[in-house]
Amino acid sequence: MASNDSDRGAEPIPSAIKILIAGGFGAGKTTLVGSVSEISPLSTEELMTEASLDVDDTSGVEQKTTTTVALDFGRITINDDLVLYLFGTPGQQRFWFMWDELALGSLGAVVLADTRRLETCFPSVDFFERRSIPFIVAVNCFDGAHRYESDEVREALSISSGVPVVLCDARMRESGKEVLLTLVQHVAAAVSATV
Amino acid sequence: MPDRHSLGPDSEEVGPLVRPYIMTLGRQRSDTVQLDMISVVIAARADVDEMSLEPEQVSILELCRRPLSVAEVSAHLDVPVAVVKVLLSDLIGRGYVLARAPYTTQSPVSRDILQAVLDGIQRL
Repeated sequence: MASNDSDRGAEPIPSAIKILIAGGFGAGKTTLVGSVSEISPLSTEELMTEASLDVDDTSGVEQKTTTTVALDFGRITINDDLVLYLFGTPGQQRFWFMWDELALGSLGAVVLADTRRLETCFPSVDFFERRSIPFIVAVNCFDGAHRYESDEVREALSISSGVPVVLCDARMRESGKEVLLTLVQHVAAAVSATV
Repeated sequence: MPDRHSLGPDSEEVGPLVRPYIMTLGRQRSDTVQLDMISVVIAARADVDEMSLEPEQVSILELCRRPLSVAEVSAHLDVPVAVVKVLLSDLIGRGYVLARAPYTTQSPVSRDILQAVLDGIQRL
């Protein structure tokens, strides 16, 4: 009998695509990922050295390896050929070097806004605007927080009228689905406009 | 004469700091295979010489009996992404693992993909 060289033969390997979930610390990024993900949100870490290789030598490596960035993410199986990953971006500004790798090749981004601390999502909005990455703003309606109209939020963030602003409850799956659908439709509209 | 017993706890203590680099023989980045955080990997063969592999690589092969992203492998093993990429690139180089690059949207993503994503989210 011939040796079984490849057990995988024709079985297709799915490809993956990602959506970023950005926003300030405590805006509900992990909650949103958890409400729509088919797995409990996982957390992985990236070594700081990944981004600072050119300045590396062996001395001091031990110290650098202790600096890691935790990334929370979830997964949605789209079909046999496609898996969607949702990555929460690290909130702290000193981890911004991570964003470029995360943003590379992403379908688009959701900026979660907490109206009690709206300014915490300004940097995310700037980041995606500058890189022309399609994004929407989802206002996470926390219990007890004042309800703003989406136009008020749009004005406060000074984002263009083309960027959808939706209200959501990150804890609810249906609400999280609406947020993701709004983003993908927004991306689709942008694609149509450029064709 | 060195007391071997006194070495044990010491190496335990430094373990979490040094371990990732020992696993990859000091390498921090693979030279041959470009893996993304969401490259999907799957074990390719049954005839694996486990004795020649790092324990973490054996664990990777077990995890990857079904397709998983690099990020998932990292999370399940509790090993940083950068280290998992190096371990995986060895396995890919030896033909033990197959990888598929993610869709990139540097060029506009196709309408078919977008529609599939919409349908998939709708079904949640």
